[in-house]
Amino acid sequence: MLNRILAPLSAAWKEATDSQVWTSIFRHGKPVSNRNRALVMMSNVFLHLHPVKSRKAGIKLRYTWCMGGITFFLFLVLTFTGLLLMFYYRPTVEYAYADIVDLQEHVPLGIMRELHRWGAHAMVITVWLHMLRVFMTGSYKPPREFNWGIGVVLLVLTLLLSFTGYLLPWDQLAIWAIAVGSNMARATPLLGTEGPLSASLTLGDISLINAGNDARFALLGARSVGQPTLLRFYVLHCVGLPLAAAFLMAVHFWRVRKDGGISGPM
Amino acid sequence: MIDLFKDLVNWASGPTVLFTIATLGLLAAFRFTQVWSKTSAKVFFVVLAVFYTASMWDPDFFLIVAKPDNIPITGVIFLVFFFTWYAMHQGIQNDRRSAGEQEVLEKQESEKVWVWPDLVYTEMLAMVILSIVLLVWSILLAAPLEQPANPADSPNPSKAPWYFLGLQEMLVYFDPWLAGVVFPTLIIVGLMAIPYIDTNPKGNGYFTFKERKAEIVIFLFGFLILWCLLVVSGTFLRGPNWNFFGPYEYWDVHRVEPLLNVNVSDFFWVKLLGRPLPTGGFFAALMREWLGILMVGAYLFVLPVVMSWPRDRFPTGLKWLSCHHYFEKMGATRYYVGVSLFLMMMSLPIKMYLRWAFNLKYIVAFPEIFFNI
Repeated sequence: MLNRILAPLSAAWKEATDSQVWTSIFRHGKPVSNRNRALVMMSNVFLHLHPVKSRKAGIKLRYTWCMGGITFFLFLVLTFTGLLLMFYYRPTVEYAYADIVDLQEHVPLGIMRELHRWGAHAMVITVWLHMLRVFMTGSYKPPREFNWGIGVVLLVLTLLLSFTGYLLPWDQLAIWAIAVGSNMARATPLLGTEGPLSASLTLGDISLINAGNDARFALLGARSVGQPTLLRFYVLHCVGLPLAAAFLMAVHFWRVRKDGGISGPM
Repeated sequence: MIDLFKDLVNWASGPTVLFTIATLGLLAAFRFTQVWSKTSAKVFFVVLAVFYTASMWDPDFFLIVAKPDNIPITGVIFLVFFFTWYAMHQGIQNDRRSAGEQEVLEKQESEKVWVWPDLVYTEMLAMVILSIVLLVWSILLAAPLEQPANPADSPNPSKAPWYFLGLQEMLVYFDPWLAGVVFPTLIIVGLMAIPYIDTNPKGNGYFTFKERKAEIVIFLFGFLILWCLLVVSGTFLRGPNWNFFGPYEYWDVHRVEPLLNVNVSDFFWVKLLGRPLPTGGFFAALMREWLGILMVGAYLFVLPVVMSWPRDRFPTGLKWLSCHHYFEKMGATRYYVGVSLFLMMMSLPIKMYLRWAFNLKYIVAFPEIFFNI
């Protein structure tokens, strides 16, 4: 009985996998033979981030915690959900908040904002844990010093991505968190109005650093959190920072391979 | 009985007590490494989970902890504890192995295996599990949205995003130019400098504690106490006006905390000499602050040199200060960069205790040019 169902199915499967379409996509058979296991890793642009073979102890979950991989996966989730959110969201003081309300009330089955927000929280934590693992296994030591540095920049980019995204709902939480955060920039030495030594930057009687041109102004695009800030943070959040992060991730993954793959005892 | 317990927890959560307990606890755990066992982890997590769950019946605790945006903080508490334990546990297991002339665990399975399926399946599983977790989390808990932005109405407390609350907590002890600009920069630079400062060739590519004690103690003190603890207490225990509130206390906007902070210059001129602070002009300001400048200068520029001296140049009782062996091992450049970064990091707990013990506000204060330390 079972056979009568399975036999045609397996015949159909064979038909499909022998077809010109299938064989044009997958240039090799099922990855059950060693030859095909190597081919699948080498002929797939995504899988070829990995080597064909790796040390057994290195790929154990107890060693890597898969934390770097999880972080990368969260980045992909955030890119995808963020893209969908961009369909509905307009970065203006007039519309931003209303668009979020619309998103909640009128978009059917909408959990994109939830996925995006909780995913972003989670990514900050997984980056920390990934760094904790890399530190505790001494994996930043030679020859991986440079890649640890790239990783630190990626940590900063993750925090900045989260920080710029914080403003976009344009609610009370958003603008006041950004106001508190960006007030720090006012105290930048030399470059902030209330920073040490900035008063000494003068041209004759004219003070060169004021609230209209200091570090905080550069961050906000205005003297206080307003429309220019929203646009600036939106562009950074959706374009500038993700591009920078993607670029550095490419370097980061490439260097993992070039520095000898997943770390292990010498 | 319950009230007594709550009072005790509220008291123990105060910045002074909590910071001291956490630091001493961490140092004790490094000294008595048997606490990183499976049994103590189980006991610890059961106690933590019971404390957490039972506390949810307290309305004030629930109000803060169950806020949707505070969920990640609960995540930080449990995940950071778990993974710190896991790393230390494996490190100590490996240390036992190498003490018994065995190879570390990571060295044993050194044969190569096919990445498909051995690694690809793990990643696939991680993606599936994470997707499920995120989906369930998103379906159960709506993303919060507060009132529309109103620049005229600032909420109290106004908090930065949770991962920056360690920096906001530093604002209690340092001016913004240090807490918000210099220290974040130093954290980033310091993290990037770690591989170039740390010349210990051991412990590369496997968990260990014994072979990298100094590195691990310093890093975990920074990460767990100076970063995570401050993030957690900044979220859960700092209420209106950034006042401290215990986990079972109501966030009363009208609570007033007396601020009687004094500067080093006040201690020297007013309290010690009984004279008014020197006023008028640049040199008077320098004279006013000479002791603080000397203290900061000695801490940042003289102490590293003194610490590089061999042990026999120190009087008994101060011999622990000698870092001569590091100076020898690392060379002058690495030593000075490393020690300077370390001292900058330690300036936070030092300033904290100075505040708690003496109500000290500034060691050096030039409010005229916003240069206060």
